[in-house]
Amino acid sequence: MKKHVQQLGVAIGVIGLSFASTSIVAEPVDDKLIIDDEIEMISRAKAPEGHPLPEVISGWHYRTPETRAIETDTFQNPGMLGVEQGEEIWNTVEGSEGKSCASCHDDAATSMKGVGAAYPKWDEDSSKPINIEGRINKCRVENMGAEAYKFDKGGQKPLTAYIKHQSLGMPVELDLSQGEMQSWWDQGKETYYKRTGQLNLSCASCHEQNNGKYIRADHLSQGNVNGFPTYRLKQNKLISLHNRFRGCIRDTRAEFPAAFSDTLMGLEVYTTWRGTGLSVETPAVRQ
Amino acid sequence: MKTITNALSLVCVGLLASTTVLAADVAPNDVKFDGLSVNESLTGAAGDPDSGRKIFSNRKQGNCLACHANSDMNDQLFHGEVGPSLDGVAGRWQEPQLRTILVNAKAVFTEQTVMPGFYTLEVGADVREDLIGKTILSAQQVEDLVAYLMTLK
Ligand code: HEC
Ligand code: HEC
Repeated sequence: MKKHVQQLGVAIGVIGLSFASTSIVAEPVDDKLIIDDEIEMISRAKAPEGHPLPEVISGWHYRTPETRAIETDTFQNPGMLGVEQGEEIWNTVEGSEGKSCASCHDDAATSMKGVGAAYPKWDEDSSKPINIEGRINKCRVENMGAEAYKFDKGGQKPLTAYIKHQSLGMPVELDLSQGEMQSWWDQGKETYYKRTGQLNLSCASCHEQNNGKYIRADHLSQGNVNGFPTYRLKQNKLISLHNRFRGCIRDTRAEFPAAFSDTLMGLEVYTTWRGTGLSVETPAVRQ
Repeated sequence: MKTITNALSLVCVGLLASTTVLAADVAPNDVKFDGLSVNESLTGAAGDPDSGRKIFSNRKQGNCLACHANSDMNDQLFHGEVGPSLDGVAGRWQEPQLRTILVNAKAVFTEQTVMPGFYTLEVGADVREDLIGKTILSAQQVEDLVAYLMTLK
């Protein structure tokens, strides 16, 4: 199955090319994202109050017909292999306490439903926002007597994908009234508009001012985060959100912050809010 | 000299360092703006349009094609749409203004523009360490691009 997907990836490149060279301004397509002919996803939503754009649109709408099709079918979606791996980890005992995630949380389909739509949340203990990856590590250290996963290592990506997948279709909604979430939102907003690097570009330069346009071969989306971890056909693997953040910042020829640093946690809070109302798509499929 | 060369073309730097060409270059902070114009060549000589054409599409140099369509390059895949098409650009701007746009687009299009400044040290925050104090393109590359853009009538 993997091979099949790779070939599709090549075909997609060729199609992108014909769009670009004939210079059709490819707005986000008008299409409906329905998974397995069953789950109707909210892929366009009225923007929350205070949002600079009138409508928030999933990155799915900016991809080629082939890439979009793969996401509509969980059997074809190669990201589902990661989700299955995550399920195994969920049920695997690790650490000195002899526990698995399931020992405390039972069936993720009920206990984790909605969780992925509402994170990051405020964490009283650290006085910071915490994302799913951070929450997993907290459980591993405090409840399982296991080591924290390092960034993108061990089971971090598949387990995060598995937990988020339990909220498939549910609209993203953060509670910014918890703790000091609002000030992290403020700080994240500053990062979003900060122009960085030798190329002197901000997130907004590409994803707010120019979404819907091609930047060379890439069709710029709004940079929404509702599909992470995302399966990238180009890289043939799940890509975590903080990896994507770092890649986009690196592309401006700037030094990029550490994963889960305060800067990127603020950015996660802010960009998650920017996608308010969109369905959780994890694992989304992108080019 | 180090400040006016591009880290991405280290090989070139080595080659040029032994010549006197760069000694004549105007340093990025010494470029003279006369309104929207930079009147004098940054190298003291005319650029080479053929070289400019290559720099235009090279992803590691100008990568202008990332943002601008250009019919003269229909052989190349993927023309961007972030900036206007550069077809006929020599009819819309004169040489000194094209030089300004390339040196520091903000001087012409205001702070808001997303077009990078290719020969300026007024750049964004947190610049990658090995690029600090360096411009995206060298004076020679800017002049070559100016000469090339002047052929787009
Ligand atoms: C030079 C242009 C550029 C800049 C600056 C940039 N990005 Fe991106 N970004 C891209 C491209 C190209 C893609 C892939 C196509 C797409 O989904 O837009 C992308 C994709 C993304 C995605 C994945 C969207 C999806 O649907 O899977 C996210 C999230 C994202 N960017 C966030 C950011 C953030 C946050 C910043 C600032 C820290 C940023 N980007 C800065 C070009 C940029
Ligand atoms: C990240 C995007 C980006 C890149 C890369 C870029 N430009 Fe631009 N350029 C723009 C935008 C946007 C404008 C329009 C001015 C504005 O709206 O700010 C522009 C305007 C121009 C203009 C004026 C065009 C006209 O018709 O008035 C010229 C000339 C130009 N660019 C040349 C270049 C060259 C040559 C390069 C490469 C060395 C380049 N640009 C790289 C975004 C870009």
